[in-house]
Amino acid sequence: MWKYLLKRFLLMFPTLFGVAVVTFFLIRVIPGDVVELRLAGDRGSVSDDVLRQERARFGLDQPVWKQFVVWTTGVARLDFGTSMWTGSPIWDEIKLRFALSLQVAVMATVIAVLLALPLGVLAALKQDTWVDYAVRIFSIAGLAVPSFWLGIVFILAFLIIFRWLPPMVYTPFWVNPWQNILQLIWPALAVGYRYSAVATRMTRSAMLEVLREDYVRTARAKGLVQRLILVRHALKNAMLPVVTVIALEFAFLIGGLVVTEQVFNLNGIGLLLVQAVSHRDYTLIQALVMLVAGIFIVVNFLMDGMYAWLDPRIRYR
Amino acid sequence: MAITSPIDQAATLETEPSSSARGWAAVRDFARRRTLGAIGAVVVLGMIVVGVFAGPLAPYDPLAVDFGAMLAAPSTAHWLGTDAFGRDVLSRLIHGSRTALLVGFGSAVVGATLGAVIGVGSAYFGGRLDLLLQRFMDIFLSFPLIVLALALVAVLGNSIPNVILAITVPMIPRAALVIRSSALAIREMPYVDAARAAGFGHARIILRHMLPNVIAPYLIMLTAFLSQAILLESSLSFLGLGVQEPTAAWGLMLRGAAVDFAEAAPWMALFPGLAISLAVFAFNLFGDSLRDALDPKLRTL
Amino acid sequence: MRDRTMWLVSALVAFAFVVSAGWGAPAFAQDKPRHGGELIFVVPSEPPSYDAHQEETFGLIHPTAPHYNTLMRVDPFDKTGTKPVGDLAESWAISKDGLVYTFKLHKGVKFHDGAEMTSKDVKASYDKIIFPPAGVKSLRKESYSSVEVVEAPDPYTVRFRLKYPESSLLLNLASPWNWIYKADILSKDMHWYETHVMGTGPFTFVTHVKGSEWVGKRNPNYWDKGKPYLDGYRARFVTSSAQQVAAVRAGRAHIQFRSFSPPERDQLVAALGDKITVQESPWDCLNFVSLHHEKKPFDDKRVRRALSLALDRYEASKNLSKITLVKDVGGIQVPGTPYATPPAELEKLAGYGHDIAANRAEAKRLLREAGVPDGFSFTLKNRGIPHPYEPLGIWLIDQWRQIGLNVKQEFVEPAAYYPMLKRGDFEVTMDFQCGFIVEPDLDLPRFVSTSDANYGKHKDKELDELYRKQARAVDPEERKKYVRAFEKRLLDEEAHVIYTLQWHRIVAHSAKVKGWTITPSHYLNNQLDTVWLTE
Repeated sequence: MWKYLLKRFLLMFPTLFGVAVVTFFLIRVIPGDVVELRLAGDRGSVSDDVLRQERARFGLDQPVWKQFVVWTTGVARLDFGTSMWTGSPIWDEIKLRFALSLQVAVMATVIAVLLALPLGVLAALKQDTWVDYAVRIFSIAGLAVPSFWLGIVFILAFLIIFRWLPPMVYTPFWVNPWQNILQLIWPALAVGYRYSAVATRMTRSAMLEVLREDYVRTARAKGLVQRLILVRHALKNAMLPVVTVIALEFAFLIGGLVVTEQVFNLNGIGLLLVQAVSHRDYTLIQALVMLVAGIFIVVNFLMDGMYAWLDPRIRYR
Repeated sequence: MAITSPIDQAATLETEPSSSARGWAAVRDFARRRTLGAIGAVVVLGMIVVGVFAGPLAPYDPLAVDFGAMLAAPSTAHWLGTDAFGRDVLSRLIHGSRTALLVGFGSAVVGATLGAVIGVGSAYFGGRLDLLLQRFMDIFLSFPLIVLALALVAVLGNSIPNVILAITVPMIPRAALVIRSSALAIREMPYVDAARAAGFGHARIILRHMLPNVIAPYLIMLTAFLSQAILLESSLSFLGLGVQEPTAAWGLMLRGAAVDFAEAAPWMALFPGLAISLAVFAFNLFGDSLRDALDPKLRTL
Repeated sequence: MRDRTMWLVSALVAFAFVVSAGWGAPAFAQDKPRHGGELIFVVPSEPPSYDAHQEETFGLIHPTAPHYNTLMRVDPFDKTGTKPVGDLAESWAISKDGLVYTFKLHKGVKFHDGAEMTSKDVKASYDKIIFPPAGVKSLRKESYSSVEVVEAPDPYTVRFRLKYPESSLLLNLASPWNWIYKADILSKDMHWYETHVMGTGPFTFVTHVKGSEWVGKRNPNYWDKGKPYLDGYRARFVTSSAQQVAAVRAGRAHIQFRSFSPPERDQLVAALGDKITVQESPWDCLNFVSLHHEKKPFDDKRVRRALSLALDRYEASKNLSKITLVKDVGGIQVPGTPYATPPAELEKLAGYGHDIAANRAEAKRLLREAGVPDGFSFTLKNRGIPHPYEPLGIWLIDQWRQIGLNVKQEFVEPAAYYPMLKRGDFEVTMDFQCGFIVEPDLDLPRFVSTSDANYGKHKDKELDELYRKQARAVDPEERKKYVRAFEKRLLDEEAHVIYTLQWHRIVAHSAKVKGWTITPSHYLNNQLDTVWLTE
């Protein structure tokens, strides 16, 4: 068990390193660099001398492998450097946005779980009846409607019907909880709905599987409540994939909400990532990708750990 | 086992290799037992027909600018109205279905197939190759999709093949993981060992024994990817990273003027949004039912 | 003769325009400026560093300019944005030979830390801009190449000595980028201003929350007594334009200083009626088409002229102005400004005539003559920005289709766009230019053959000579003559580039906002000292 966990733990590092390599070289293949962009502005012309000076200041005149070594040694000491676009430390750029993204992810997860568990169980219990169909249509619709379109409709509806708009500027929860919730509840709902669709379908299948177990089938005659009690035990194991899906989706939400953030004007990690790429802010892109990928990898590790703990067979695979 | 173990668990296969006869009967059976899926299939077929016959079906040239008719509301002349350039929305929707189908099928087929090749190879040969491929898959799985898409478009430009590529890259590791775990189960089967003992070559064993048995998960991934690709394409187009004006594409129709005129000319944003939703919805219905029919346990999509 | 009269008339009109704008705003003075209130505005982009000497985005000017003063400024009530007035300078004098500019500074001007601002600070700031030491970047160094030295003979006098006379210098000193910094700070750390704020302006710095907002508060010790009127301001960073409009509509912001699009304006007016004030102006920005002169068939001026002749600019002006940020048909100077060509004369340029059928027939003839087959195909590179690039691209392609050309469009990601231009990786591309003050010396250098920004790589000695002549001309009438000749050569005879329509700036803001006048530049007039709120 411990040996397996240790091995899994150690395997995270080559993956992280691989992400670092891919990010670092990928963004340097993209044409255009931060210096040109900052200086070109709307007028579009600047002398080569100035460009050279600035590149040297950021160390961009060094050979790429050297830049990579400098950066990775920094990262190993958890020093991500400063943003090339603004000149501020990376953490200053990220912290508020990270808080926002984390909160939206948590809220969306709560909404998704609250929707998905009862709906999924219900659909499975009433398989192939209109209830099942309704739940499936509701959840597939969640997957089908583009979230940016839904966002536009949301905002228009607020404006036209209520002549009201959610607050525009992020207020941390600890400063003013009410303002904070008022701003974030809408994107959380829009995202949570889509997210619940995935989880509902998973819950339904997990539940169906349990219902096929013999002892549950034999209890069929005994009425709904008793069946649920019976199912409870079996469900614990069957729910593992549901938990996995929820966890992975959560990890994805931290950096993956680009369009939603744009539509709702949330300055979260996803939008920051897009801005960083469009500014060619290498240090910031690198830090953000490491953060997003790191969260994903750690969540996966935790999930694997949980599986290993619950199901001894896995350890020996 | 990294990211794979939950999926390994969920995906142990137990489908019997189905005899391919009884084709028509199977379709009828599917339609009867899985009504929702059949409805989805009909919509998908309809969409394909519209896409193929877009030229004769569309009442107007989708590219023809006509300032005289700009921002016209739905009428008998323009059933779904016109956009800011006076272009017929219905005609652009019809031609847009081509883009959606092309990108959808293109990326789903490429993504699922490459994933299958890697997954089967990884499972069959095992050992170091497996370990190495798994790390690569892990890296691409955890890599933020948007950065990949931005980079690809910035380097290669916005043509349809590049959009397909951008959508495909993150699909490959997902397909590879699922198919690898199915293939692993097959690889442990006695008859594969027997075939190897009998001295059959790798190619033959893979073709004869491994591939037929991963067809179910392959088809399931394929249909799931189809709807995801259509949705992704529209998101990318909306962000300006997909196909480009004046090409007709649904996500593109939601960009720019559609948002500007959302209130004054709501038909511009409404119909493309509905078209995307309907298409993705139908593909999902069909895909779900197909999955239930082929392999009820494979859920981690 | 007739032209002359026309010119006189339009000059008079322009004059009346300036005067009415200049005096028009104080004419509102029946409603006397009210003190108090917090102005809330949205900014579509965020500041990179805080040092305007090395930045070039309105994303810095809008939130940060209220903390600073400049030596000169553009009259905040001049709608043409071309009239220099003093800011820190109380008065100025130019020597007869045009080689010495002497400025007297206001007394009692204090930095926000309490220290007095003197000529030493102005000199240090301009030395940083014109003669930056190694490792310090200055974007506008080249604009001051005529300056030999900046002197500070006494605490309230600043002198600029020139190598040769340059008539545009005074306006150039009104540049909104040339904030006056504190000499003591600069002498210790030239990079300090990249991450800090310390000026003499009407508002003091409170906070900048990244990705969220920038807050300024009234400077109680401001040297211009009675100003500013506002208690403070709050700049909110909102990237999505739909959200910006929604913010003004829902009363969560008063104004966005860059521009809205026509449909956004209409939406606000329809929803809020007289609670919205709309100010519009031709914008000192313009998209034009650059053609790569080293690639066939665009080396042939007949082909280039044909592409310009195909455009129905007047029809487009009428229709595109309903959907995107363009409007006026103009030449190389913003319509209505001192050196602009009046419409009657402009019509004589190729592609500016009203008879579009004749123009297109001529275009087809030129293409045939140049051996370009019917259905000839090429790619237009365009910048992936919704307004006005994308609609303009769609329009161009449609226009060219009508003379038998089959043009494809390829959008280039905004960040990759500039490198693409520099590499010359295009046949035909959308190009752009944007200035802060309308002035030939600032707008035209990029068309000189040796310019870094001559992306189409034309080589035209005659054009270069015309540029040099207009820059050195002292008499305005003579200068106008050369500017016209330059225009005719650039757009008509050689058709090196193809102008589309002048951008059109639309600021639709809450009617509560008073004392702010639109100009042709979104870089100008953001000090906010004259702005006030009715409630």
